[in-house]
Amino acid sequence: MDESKDRKVVIELRDVRREFRVGDEVVKALRGVSFKICEGEFVTIMGTSGSGKSTLLNQLGCLDTPSSGEYILDGVPVRRMKRSQRAVLRNRKIGFIFQNYNLLPKTTAVENVELPLLYNNAYNAKQRREAAIAALQSVGLGNRLEHKSNQMSGGQMQRVAIARALVNSPAVILADEATGNLDTRTSFEILVLFQQLHRQGRTIIFVTHNPEIAQYSSRNIVLRDGHICEDLQNGNIRDAAAALAALPKNADD
Amino acid sequence: MNFTNLMKVAVTAILSNKSRTLLSTLGIIIGVAAVIAMMAIGEGSKKSIRTELSKMGTNLITIRPGADMRGGVRLDASAMQTLKPSDYEAILSRASLVKLVSPEVTASGQVIHGSKNTQSTIYGEMPEFLDIRLWEIKDGDSFTEDDVKRSAKVCLVGTTVVEELFGDKNYNAVGQYIRFRNIPFQIIGVLRSKGANSWGMDQDNLVVAPYTTVMKRIAAQTYLNSITASAISEEQSEAAISQITSILRETHKLGEGTPDNFTIHSQQEMMSTMDTTLTTVQTVLVVAAAFSLLVAGIGIMNIMLVSVTERTREIGLRMSVGARGRDISRQFLLESVMISLCGGFIGVLLGYGMSWAAQHMGFPAVVPLWSVVVSFGVCAFIGLVFGYIPARKAARLDPIEAIRYE
Repeated sequence: MDESKDRKVVIELRDVRREFRVGDEVVKALRGVSFKICEGEFVTIMGTSGSGKSTLLNQLGCLDTPSSGEYILDGVPVRRMKRSQRAVLRNRKIGFIFQNYNLLPKTTAVENVELPLLYNNAYNAKQRREAAIAALQSVGLGNRLEHKSNQMSGGQMQRVAIARALVNSPAVILADEATGNLDTRTSFEILVLFQQLHRQGRTIIFVTHNPEIAQYSSRNIVLRDGHICEDLQNGNIRDAAAALAALPKNADD
Repeated sequence: MNFTNLMKVAVTAILSNKSRTLLSTLGIIIGVAAVIAMMAIGEGSKKSIRTELSKMGTNLITIRPGADMRGGVRLDASAMQTLKPSDYEAILSRASLVKLVSPEVTASGQVIHGSKNTQSTIYGEMPEFLDIRLWEIKDGDSFTEDDVKRSAKVCLVGTTVVEELFGDKNYNAVGQYIRFRNIPFQIIGVLRSKGANSWGMDQDNLVVAPYTTVMKRIAAQTYLNSITASAISEEQSEAAISQITSILRETHKLGEGTPDNFTIHSQQEMMSTMDTTLTTVQTVLVVAAAFSLLVAGIGIMNIMLVSVTERTREIGLRMSVGARGRDISRQFLLESVMISLCGGFIGVLLGYGMSWAAQHMGFPAVVPLWSVVVSFGVCAFIGLVFGYIPARKAARLDPIEAIRYE
């Protein structure tokens, strides 16, 4: 943990609580969560359903604000921000990856990846396209630029989604069950990609209920009933590429 | 998001749902086409009636007997005998704002030549009648004041009468004799055809003769059916009417407070009445058509609401990658405005087509340019107004729920 002290803190949660009112009942989804994530960490957040995992993800993604406590993203306190301010913050600082890819239908890979930059007036059309192409090349889809979303496999679509999350050079990449819809082989391919991004120094938060994935990250946070019940550094990160190579070949191949 | 990008997004969305877009524009297309066609037909009718009326002389003034009371009973106009030849003479000698004046005695009946006959109207006039009513003589000559004094049995005929009696409307009937109620008249001239007027009445079915002849030999009456006159200019029509009014009140010895026992109409007045009537009809038609635009707007709102629901995930995604509420609402507003304008554009083309077709079916139709401009303005307005609720709904979606919407 010593090395993390002189690294830049990207995410800091201080006693974050989030309550929902459902009818007369108050549901406490987060009951005081505090942690820091430094630049370059690959953190998995795990927990069963109802553990507050999704609520935490919404907080981290600035889609929601805490009932109390404070969330500081890349030096910016989020709690008192207005909706539109948070939208701009998401645009500049966060890259989302979803379980079901969420690509725009009937739209090419490049156009999908360009989407976040459409909401950033600093980019003109040419710069947008160049940045999108570079992002697609970095996820190994340099030869699929003009493919439409319905002409691609699940793994390819998730790569497009990852490229979209990278295109604005975010402070943090937030992945929500990013391998949940993929078969084992494709899941490992995607994990290989995440590990590559980690090695390049990207900050990644990967929310999942699959304990296996924790072996490939640098740190694992486990939630239960709105509390953190475990927060461990992973001293022995497994190599996803090796695991992929060790997978038995499909019988059909 | 800047405007160029918004445009791109809206165009993409519209093109990716062509058939639905077309269906939602259908209402606008029909509405705009109807408005344009109605405007065109209204405008065209006005124009054609205006030309028609001006062909009859724009400074024409007609004086008819009327409003005569006998023992408290208002009499029917045909029974009125208040206009006398002396009234005509008074106007002729004293009305300085009147250029030409002619007394008029009319009678309807059978015109006979040889074995052929036809129904027509004989107009007993002064020679000035031709200039007042803008008649030209095709063959032969007009009768003279001398003919009037002598009650000469000479006449001018319209081409319809020539066609009916001589079998060919181009036949030179000058010198031939016809009989009207058994009185023989020699044809001394044929009038150039004016065709049917805008009410569909044949203007060429007439016989014109000296008024004295018609008065004594045919109608056997001492009063006039009407007096026609021309003001010295179109602008002086109103002044001429008041001049004639005061002259006639004097000759009729009407005291203060007694109503006029005659009525005077100018062509000017006719034209503006016509114009007002047609404008009213046109307005009613256009308003009816405009209601269909309102319905069309509701249709667009409906489609946009469906579209927002259908694209909830897309909206959630856009929001999560940084679209603000106003980016989303602008996107949907622009989309509805563009759908509406597309419909407007097609509607204008269709409206032109309908006006063209109407013209070919014999309705006068002129598309006024301003109606096209107004149509586009109304379409943009409809897009904005009816796009507002769906756009606001989209902008207010919660990104957390929207992104996971199934």
